Amino acid sequence: MAKQTDFEPVAGGGLLDRRLFLQRGFYFTMATALAPAVASEAGDRLPWMEKPGKPFSNYGQPSPHEQKTIRWTMANSMAPGNGVSWTPLQDLEGIITPSGLHFERHHNGVPDIDPARHQLLIHGLVDRALVFTLQDLLRYPMMSCYCFIECGGNSNAAWRSEPIQTQAGYFHGMASCSEWTGVPLRLLLEEARIKGRAQWLIAEGADASMMNISIPLEKAMEDCLLAVYQNGERIRPENGYPLRLVVPGWEGVVNVKWLRRLHITSRPTMARNETAKYTELMPSGKARQFTFIMDAKSLITHPSIGHKLDRPGVYQISGLAWSGRGKISKVEVSADGGKTWAEAELQEPVLAKCFTRFRIPWRWNGEQAVLKSRAVDESGYVQPERAALIAERGQHGYFHYNAIVSWAVSPEGDISHVYA
Amino acid sequence: MSMRSFLVCVLAAFFNAAHAESTGPDWGQPASDALIQKWNRDVFPDGGGLPEGNGSAVAGERVYRDHCQSCHGVEGRGGSADELAGAMHTLTDNPPDKTIGTYWPYATTVFDFIRRSMPLNAPGSLSNDELYAVTAYLLYLNGIIGQKEPMNANTLPKVKMPNREGFIGIDAHYP
Repeated sequence: MAKQTDFEPVAGGGLLDRRLFLQRGFYFTMATALAPAVASEAGDRLPWMEKPGKPFSNYGQPSPHEQKTIRWTMANSMAPGNGVSWTPLQDLEGIITPSGLHFERHHNGVPDIDPARHQLLIHGLVDRALVFTLQDLLRYPMMSCYCFIECGGNSNAAWRSEPIQTQAGYFHGMASCSEWTGVPLRLLLEEARIKGRAQWLIAEGADASMMNISIPLEKAMEDCLLAVYQNGERIRPENGYPLRLVVPGWEGVVNVKWLRRLHITSRPTMARNETAKYTELMPSGKARQFTFIMDAKSLITHPSIGHKLDRPGVYQISGLAWSGRGKISKVEVSADGGKTWAEAELQEPVLAKCFTRFRIPWRWNGEQAVLKSRAVDESGYVQPERAALIAERGQHGYFHYNAIVSWAVSPEGDISHVYA
Repeated sequence: MSMRSFLVCVLAAFFNAAHAESTGPDWGQPASDALIQKWNRDVFPDGGGLPEGNGSAVAGERVYRDHCQSCHGVEGRGGSADELAGAMHTLTDNPPDKTIGTYWPYATTVFDFIRRSMPLNAPGSLSNDELYAVTAYLLYLNGIIGQKEPMNANTLPKVKMPNREGFIGIDAHYP
């Protein structure tokens, strides 16, 4: 068997062929938050092997040893229900976000909804205005959509002139991915019989802010879902229990939680969240509006800030890529700050408008390196470098930041966030 | 075939077999006009959806002090919540100053947002007269209307906001 040091790099900085993953006996050096030293044990049984374990539980919880894998929350000091929490992307693997770690954005807290009293009203430019109880909705044929939801304000710290030094999830983690299961919205709209001049749909939630937003009807008929389940169980309260509008690939704010009303109209309502917020002011003084689609984005989650490369060796670079326009077709990784790139392996399944996990082996020689990833989606869209995004949009758009993320690796093996 | 088109095909086959004419199982109940009137709170830039009521900045100043100032600051200058008025910079300055006066394209949005979402600790508690009054006060603070100009379902949609033409539709265009 070839030695790890025998493999020829395919790009600068020590990137190796992505297909080496399939090589027998191939292994990685571990990047860790802390290097656990396994103490030598006296007997052949560890303490938990010497007595019966705990009994069954009605609802399983993460190991107490994983208590650091949590959402980091940040709310308005005067209004604890107005803020966000981030998915700890740097601690997670695979493509599905555990429901309890899905990011949150609430405008006025999480409502405590009694599902027996929750209804969905469809009215406006329809032949038949209809109201549905949750029990009614559960009688419809359902389908699943495996898709990401990303807040339009995700990654906004990267507009700042100085790179923020915090863990990846705590500035890119307003993006999460779930299996959402529910009723295709098209079924209910057809049942209500949309009138010919209808072009928009205004969705409203049953929270204290009665948050509302306008969505083009075309998208509603295409692939929107009235989701009742998230990752197999009923949607968590903070993610919209008992009913959430899922709008695949579009910015989080249109994925209305606690959905209770759909108003079919010929025009948008021009709500606060589609005019004053979730619009991007450009250097010209004009602002981009109705920027629904989340453009392709990727970032390396392992290694990233907070991880430590203990010694030179072959590491597994792993990250996430996603696009609101469809499937990810390619992710390239650079270990020399963007001078050369190598194609990463895309882990199956690769689904449209869903997180895609990418990986590539990398031999770190112990010197300064800059890691980057660049996603390309099936529409041909290429994730831009930061300088190109800022040249186009300026630095005051706040929303829809999707530029390439750069991590610097120091000779000591520490990771920092850089603009490179 | 993608997973989505596969599912669509499976669903289509199901409906063709079970319901030759209807696409869904028709479990929706007819919604009464009374229910729609009670629930529908949408307001449009042309004034559609605005309720009865009336108020000016004179009355609105008191509503603002009682319900808004603790978070939005004196005269809307900002605090723990957004700055609403008193912009010191334009939209092309660095940094820009986004207030109701410099940024919001429609006056009806101010009324709609306050009615549905504010104040945070007691949303839905302001009367229509109070809502029109505090909307008038915010427009007055931004130098858009006079202190005594009454705001109501007729006058509010006619208010021309300074940044009315400031937006470019990207994934949808309106009008």
